[in-house]
Amino acid sequence: MVFSYELATPALRALAWVVDAAAIGTAAYVLNKIAGVLSGINSDWAGALGAVFFFLASIGYGIFFEWRWRGQTIGKRIFRLRVVDAQGLRLQFPQVAIRNLLRLVDSLPVFYLLGGSASLLTRRCQRLGDLAANTVVARERLMEEPDLEQIAPAKYNSLLLYPHLAARLRSLARPEVVGYAIEAVTQRDTYLPAARVELFGELADYFRGLVQFPPSVLEGLTDEQYVRSVLRVVMSSRV
Amino acid sequence: MIIDLPRFVAAERPYWDELNGLLSTMETEPERRMGMAEIQRLHYLNERCSADLSRLDTFARDPSLRAFLESLVSRAYSEIHETRAPIKFSWKNAILAFPRAFRRHLGAFQLSCAVTLLGCAFGWFAIHQDPHAKAVLMPFSHLSGSPGERVAKEEGAKEDRLSGVKSTFAAELMTHNIQVTILVFAMGLTWGFGTIVELFYNGVILGAVCADYIASGQGTFLTGWLLPHGAVEIPSVLLGGQAGFVLASALIGWGGRTSRADRLRAAAHDLFVIVAGAACLLIWAGIIESFVSQYHQPVMPYAAKIAFGVCELIALTVFLGWAGREQ
Repeated sequence: MVFSYELATPALRALAWVVDAAAIGTAAYVLNKIAGVLSGINSDWAGALGAVFFFLASIGYGIFFEWRWRGQTIGKRIFRLRVVDAQGLRLQFPQVAIRNLLRLVDSLPVFYLLGGSASLLTRRCQRLGDLAANTVVARERLMEEPDLEQIAPAKYNSLLLYPHLAARLRSLARPEVVGYAIEAVTQRDTYLPAARVELFGELADYFRGLVQFPPSVLEGLTDEQYVRSVLRVVMSSRV
Repeated sequence: MIIDLPRFVAAERPYWDELNGLLSTMETEPERRMGMAEIQRLHYLNERCSADLSRLDTFARDPSLRAFLESLVSRAYSEIHETRAPIKFSWKNAILAFPRAFRRHLGAFQLSCAVTLLGCAFGWFAIHQDPHAKAVLMPFSHLSGSPGERVAKEEGAKEDRLSGVKSTFAAELMTHNIQVTILVFAMGLTWGFGTIVELFYNGVILGAVCADYIASGQGTFLTGWLLPHGAVEIPSVLLGGQAGFVLASALIGWGGRTSRADRLRAAAHDLFVIVAGAACLLIWAGIIESFVSQYHQPVMPYAAKIAFGVCELIALTVFLGWAGREQ
């Protein structure tokens, strides 16, 4: 079985870290307040507990949550990220502990400059802690059904007049190009007109190169209309 | 080959959802034990979803569907194909794992000691040659004055200057020393150069303090002051250095034919155990430094403090050297 991970980008990881930093700050504040309540009984003990609580919150937060939630903290859960073993095996506690302890170096000199630079430069977007613990941060994917009616409305589709060619097109089109085509259709209004024409021209050329439909079928179709028709063919159940 | 993709998705989606639900349960309740029927079902669902992913390769489709299935199958793979033995926690194993890990990497500890001793020698020599270098070598206010004056002040103190803040002081010492140890370990990531610098610098301070106090004839005070907590604190920092060198060795991989990932995987357990063990020792050292080390004669006789420190050192040596040895 072959599968791949979609790696989390450094920007996404930074956003998750902001959420986690806020969570650590909140936890430290609450724990400090709890320790403060004890100051009425013994101010020395309250001070000691405050110092220990802050230390535990800052060091233990990542270790606790990543171990408890199998590689996720609050921030990572919100942004659908997960720490995974680089070989795809189950995350072990020492790995979780090491990658979190090494944050101390990754965060140097300020704002994770060292760790951020490492994740930009390494092939698997790993900060130094990830390299030492042999882990990567992957994006979790949900089942996303594209809105076919928005992408390619079920109007008359001349390509479906030739079911054998349509079937050939479905089997030959590369998934990543289909993905680009879907993105091009859904994002079309955000492109400059010239760029849009060029993009759909390139996509149409690719699909035309896969299967030769009779010229009568393609007559009067713009590149964008042709790409939408192809998407309808690729993604519909009718052959 | 899939002929009708929507029908394929409709038919398989319940299995994908079931596997997703099962994995989510396992991820949110890690201590939960699965029954045989549930394990068999997980195996079946994993095989079915893996087969679906393979079949999807034959069909052009929005890559998000493939990415979803890949994400699902990778999560199931990590649960099912783990080959490393699970770590069964028991207090006895947890305590004995520390000295065992320490002994497995004795060379790294010796290197850690050697670098620190080199730093000590440098600090000693520097203070001996130029006593005015104190401010540079020991940038701490309580060490900048004359040792003789400090000893006279400490021994003549009528009040307990730590009264009411002893626990807070102990907690601050613990957290600070643990951070220093983690830093010494973490600097192993710089192929060990950072660890060498940290250990050498700690050695320089230690050597300079010793030279300063001994030259002033305050050797007994120094031993009584440093030994009760230093007998545990200094070895703990050395253990951090040991972990740093083990990490550096796994990164560099001299002479080995295994991949860096495999070397790091093999070292991960020992690294964690050594650093966690050192952190536990530093909790003890923090308590002793606050409650014992700061009190001097006549409140606490030097002989008793030194004897206590020697006992700690012997106990630590015996523990690290012999505890958990195979018969």
